[in-house]
Amino acid sequence: MADFSAKFYANFIKDDRWLGLVTGLKVTIIVTIEALILGVLIGFIIAIIRSYHDKTGRFKILNAVSRVYLTVIRGTPTMIQILIMYLVVFGSSSMDSIIIGGIAFGINSGAYVAEIVRSGIMSIPEGQTEAGRSLGLSYSQTMWLIIVPQAFKNVLPALVNEMIVLIKETAIIGYIGEQDLTKAAMIIQSRTFDAFMPLLAAALIYLALVMLLTFFMNKLERRLRTNER
Amino acid sequence: MSVNHTDNQETLIEVKNLRKAFGKNEVLTGITTEIKKGEVVVIIGPSGSGKSTFLRSLNLLEKPTDGTVLFEGVNITDPKTDIDLHRQKMGMVFQHFNLFPHKTILENITLAPVVLKKMTKDEAKKRAEELLLKVGLSDKADAYPEQLSGGQKQRIAIIRALAMDPDVMLFDEPTSALDPEMVGEVLELMKQLAGDGMTMAVVTHEMGFAREVATRVVFMDEGQIKEQGTPEEFFENPRDPRLKEFLSKIL
Repeated sequence: MADFSAKFYANFIKDDRWLGLVTGLKVTIIVTIEALILGVLIGFIIAIIRSYHDKTGRFKILNAVSRVYLTVIRGTPTMIQILIMYLVVFGSSSMDSIIIGGIAFGINSGAYVAEIVRSGIMSIPEGQTEAGRSLGLSYSQTMWLIIVPQAFKNVLPALVNEMIVLIKETAIIGYIGEQDLTKAAMIIQSRTFDAFMPLLAAALIYLALVMLLTFFMNKLERRLRTNER
Repeated sequence: MSVNHTDNQETLIEVKNLRKAFGKNEVLTGITTEIKKGEVVVIIGPSGSGKSTFLRSLNLLEKPTDGTVLFEGVNITDPKTDIDLHRQKMGMVFQHFNLFPHKTILENITLAPVVLKKMTKDEAKKRAEELLLKVGLSDKADAYPEQLSGGQKQRIAIIRALAMDPDVMLFDEPTSALDPEMVGEVLELMKQLAGDGMTMAVVTHEMGFAREVATRVVFMDEGQIKEQGTPEEFFENPRDPRLKEFLSKIL
């Protein structure tokens, strides 16, 4: 027990090392939020382009671009993507790596969100579109007012899943020099030569973050479901 | 000689040589007809005869392969025509109701008039309440479609279309998905609508409704109109052999 408190003291209290974890957590959260916003934005746009193309045969070029995007992003490791973004795309720019990371993770997440949302759009019966259009609503009015709200509700669990993956995936942002939660734990380890304590702490913080997110999303899901039955 | 009481009325929908093919499958093989203001046209025929496709071509939910549809004098099959604008004047009722499950009944009814700026929110609400009163479903205004019976859903679907104040109502087998005991309430509302002078085109298997309410009955088979006339001559004295066969099977 004395051993435990000594270790705890060395890893977290001494030199205010716990502050590193707090700053790291902040970075993790910021990058996740950036990526989430960008990913959802890209995802919805791509999903709508793809379903519009499937239904009408128009938007040929945009659809082709979307497909290339999906293939490349889903077919290559996230790690390679953020390294390319950091070293090649923004290699000569002085942009903060926390922004570069957000962009890279957002572009990555967008591909998965796009397919999730598209599956949601496809799950809504054709009759809903027909009802909207027969009332005189345009395609986009029907989409935003009738199809997407229903689709969103259907895919919320899958979207939450993608958000959870995203939070944890940001752990590799350390590779482009950003000190996130994982990196902060590793820094403590390099000082104290104790891996167990800082990594356990980081793991518990990730776990808490994911549980918190799941809790609120379950609440949202239940609220959206009150419409039915 | 037939449909005399509407001869002096203006033509609302004019269909010229309408064709529709799904791939190689020709569903409509050239239909020419017109629907006049105040007419109640009931379209019957065996399954696969193209009657639903024909009805859905009238508001371009199906895009015709060839031919033209004129609505109130405007060629709506012309790609340059803004079809959304004309659809506002053509109400449609579907076999499976297609109410919006994420919206309350009131929202279902007011959505289109408000979004399309036909009415303000308050006006639309007032109109919806009038319509709900008319069909005796005022107490369902805040319910969701899931909580309604089939017959109630279809009556809501009808007044949702009516809220746009259309010039014609298209019914695509409105009672086919209903439990038998609910068919009556929907037909009753449609009869009421016809009585109010609404122009209607109805695809249905309800021969009683055709007999009683139609001003003209149309028999379709193999993608064409094979015979049409007033209910009396149509049912009492059918000439087309396919129609005779069809009637003998269902009556």
